[in-house]
Amino acid sequence: MDNLLSIVTFIPAVAAGILAVFLRGEDEAAQRNAKWVALIATTLTFLVSLFVLFGFDPASTDFQFVEERDWLLGLKYKVGVDGISVLFVLLTTFIMPLAVAASWNVSVRVKEYMIAFLILETLMIGVFVALDLVLFYLFFEAGLIPMFLIIGIWGGAARIYASFKFFLYTFLGSVLMLVAMVAMFAEAGTTDIPTLLRHEFASDSFSILGIHIIGGAQTLMFLAFFASFAVKMPMWPVHTWLPDAHVQAPTAGSVVLAALLLKLGGYGFMRFSLPMFPVGAEVLTPLILWMSAIAIVYTSLVALAQEDMKKLIAYSSVAHMGYVTMGIFAANQQGLDGAIFQMISHGFISGALFLCVGVIYDRMHTREIAAYGGLVNRMPAYALIFMFFTMANVGLPGTSGFVGELLTLIGVFQVNTWVAAVAATGVILSAAYALWLYRRVVLGDLIKESLRTISDMTRRERAIFAPLVIMTLLLGVYPRLVTDITGPSVEALISNVETAQAVARATSQFAVADH
Amino acid sequence: MHADLNVILPEILMSVYAIAALLGVAYTGQDRMAGMLVWLTSGLFVVLALWIGMSADDGTRTAFGGMFNDDGFARFAKVMILLSAAAVLLLGRDYMERRGILRFEYPLLVTLATVGMMVMVSAGDLMALYMGLELQSLALYVVASLRRDSAKSTEAGLKYFVLGALSSGLLLYGASLTYGYAGTTLFSGIIDAADGQAPLGLLLGLVFVLAGLAFKISAVPFHMWTPDVYEGAPTPITAFFATAPKIAAMALVARVVHDAFGGVVGDWQQVVAALSVLSMFLGGIAAIGQTDIKRLMAYSSIAHMGYALMGLAAGTAFGVQAMLIYMAIYVTMNVGTFAFILSMERDGRPVTDIASLNMYSKAEPGRALAMLILMFSLAGVPPLLGFFGKLYVLRAAYEGGLAWLAVAGVIASVIGAFYYLRIVYYMYFGEEGAGLETGRNVVQWGFLMASAAVMLVGIINMFGIEAMAQAAAATLVN
Repeated sequence: MDNLLSIVTFIPAVAAGILAVFLRGEDEAAQRNAKWVALIATTLTFLVSLFVLFGFDPASTDFQFVEERDWLLGLKYKVGVDGISVLFVLLTTFIMPLAVAASWNVSVRVKEYMIAFLILETLMIGVFVALDLVLFYLFFEAGLIPMFLIIGIWGGAARIYASFKFFLYTFLGSVLMLVAMVAMFAEAGTTDIPTLLRHEFASDSFSILGIHIIGGAQTLMFLAFFASFAVKMPMWPVHTWLPDAHVQAPTAGSVVLAALLLKLGGYGFMRFSLPMFPVGAEVLTPLILWMSAIAIVYTSLVALAQEDMKKLIAYSSVAHMGYVTMGIFAANQQGLDGAIFQMISHGFISGALFLCVGVIYDRMHTREIAAYGGLVNRMPAYALIFMFFTMANVGLPGTSGFVGELLTLIGVFQVNTWVAAVAATGVILSAAYALWLYRRVVLGDLIKESLRTISDMTRRERAIFAPLVIMTLLLGVYPRLVTDITGPSVEALISNVETAQAVARATSQFAVADH
Repeated sequence: MHADLNVILPEILMSVYAIAALLGVAYTGQDRMAGMLVWLTSGLFVVLALWIGMSADDGTRTAFGGMFNDDGFARFAKVMILLSAAAVLLLGRDYMERRGILRFEYPLLVTLATVGMMVMVSAGDLMALYMGLELQSLALYVVASLRRDSAKSTEAGLKYFVLGALSSGLLLYGASLTYGYAGTTLFSGIIDAADGQAPLGLLLGLVFVLAGLAFKISAVPFHMWTPDVYEGAPTPITAFFATAPKIAAMALVARVVHDAFGGVVGDWQQVVAALSVLSMFLGGIAAIGQTDIKRLMAYSSIAHMGYALMGLAAGTAFGVQAMLIYMAIYVTMNVGTFAFILSMERDGRPVTDIASLNMYSKAEPGRALAMLILMFSLAGVPPLLGFFGKLYVLRAAYEGGLAWLAVAGVIASVIGAFYYLRIVYYMYFGEEGAGLETGRNVVQWGFLMASAAVMLVGIINMFGIEAMAQAAAATLVN
């Protein structure tokens, strides 16, 4: 089928359209219908996306399932996946049904809620499959609209501040990328991503206003893309929108934000920043590596001081994303494989952790760590699940969290030993804040009066966690499931980058020799 | 002579219609006929738009010794002007009727203003330009103060008149300087005189002409009248101000800079770029504090004119194409937004306070969703059509060597996004307060929904506007 990817991308949008047009009213039945339509649509999307996975040839480094149509302004509607993007599509379609199922308790404006989530799913899948620069930007940015509404309408007390901050922060990050895209369009004459990946953008150094720019246009374009992806990722020091957004978002919103939206930045780094501007990347790699190392240590320390569970996990996400940027810009096989692995694994683990918070938030309506304690006495199953994902978050061997951290650390060790050394301390710090959180919330005696009647997880909640537990374990003991698919594409990417950097180095040496 | 008259047949028809209707109504029903006249006038506009649109492959025809051009560019602009004027007339009918200000002069003055605009976009000579501009402006001065008994409306009219007269003075001064140095008022003659190295006097003339025109498109620093006039004029008139005259004036700027001063792109490029960057930023920043949706739309239109000018500043055919597309999208969005603003009322009285939108999405989810789409489109957030307008002008500016302008433009768009988001915030996140009624007017509802639908569906192929704008731009720049 030629348009399999388009089908996967647009099933949720079609379902959203059906909900918007045909579903009326706010009564019990309408709410139930909205939930079921959303659940069926997201599950169907997942099932169809399995065809993409099974039809995917991991040995090939080309884009597969490519579909191409003419569009405005000489642009193309072009979609396709390669080893780097295919797993993110699967991650998205996998997480979304769980997010919908986790929203079963929503009772305010359910129809709009489900529509927003379905649209968001289409847009996220679109980001990963887009093979046209502007099409990518379109999906990338459009995701802000439903997320803005999800935080703003269904969020917590300070939701309005959080939603505006989220929108404007990420919007500002992205518009510079738009200018860079226009510049690329002008220079290469096309917005076709596979063609652009082979295009060598000018990297001659020049001076603007007396500032000497090594790597020239490539460095500038790299910075413009970096502004966007670093905010999305988010990297220290532009991460401050994330804790606010997470704390205020509803549970499923947090899950989607942590498990999927944060991956857009990392994906962007791998799809654009590194392969398209290898010289610019080389110039800025030391900076990024150190920013990542600082992010890991600093946000881990910040996480230690949090009193709000969601905020703590949000900071932990920023720290884990630090490993991802570090691995990507180590620009070697272990680093990139590890970065992809870490992103996928973080998708499961952080999603599960936010769901864990959601379980008790639904019961007690507070995220204050101090309001809990001794939950193990009343909720043994919950304690077990929470324990499992806490350990996975720490990076216990046997869980997927371990593989990603280890691979990225190995990758970066070959490039910059000091960064690796600093980042490794993050492993210890993550154990500190995660275990301490677990101790305060779950262990100990149940002394709080309000917790006396708290009930353990329902069957629905257990069903949501089951697939996440399975995936975390499976990837932990058999990581080749991921690396076999990503390996060849990553290898091709690295060899392209290294060739381009070598060429640029050689020409700049000639240039120096000429003088 | 006969051939000349043939070229301006649409303008003649409209003038004759206006005068005949004026006489007819004066002898018969007066204001009772106004409702019917609105429909009739809109119908005429649409028919003329179709006619002009159909004659797309007529090539370029000139009349009166080059004073009047009927080329692809003029036709494209005329179709936009006629259609948007027809839409706005229909939108306002119900509003004006219920408030007792639906006078028969209104559709006829709009007709005359539209004739003026059509002359403007076809002008091939400074005299024709001025004639069209004044015909348009005089009619607009009157409609701005249509509500005679309202202090705000008369104030708006007066302000508009005084400042408009000032801008006409500037323009005339520039035109006389241009004439003095070029020895002709014909654009085709000026371009010969201004080829390569224009004399200083001619450049001064150019700057004054541009300043006069910048007033009409309300580009900063000639924007001061806009918020007050938008707020003071009755809302249907505001809607009219925000649409057709903007297209006409913008097309006129394009014509002057390319037809008359196409040889000295570098000289006017800086002026246009400066107008553009100032408009984008002032429009974005000043709108933040507004609480009245009409004032907000005034600043919004200032910012949008900045983006349209960005396309023009590129000084290329692609830049003109980008500007035309931007204006087409802008007008569509504004028609939809004003359809909504016109329907806003409480206890039968119009409200324009943004806070009155509180939790509007609960009461009317459909309309709120349409407004949401329009607001994000105005902000230029993908995947809506407003984003593509911005993409076009950005690309034009970048390829025209104005990368700094493109960067400034996107930063201004983030500032601008804030106040559009604020409207969404009121509609979706607010606290429930005193309700807002938006009536059952089918025309307004239809335009709102259609415009929102265009913003969504238009991204597939823009309804072929792209190719038409390209052909239109090609006739202007060569």
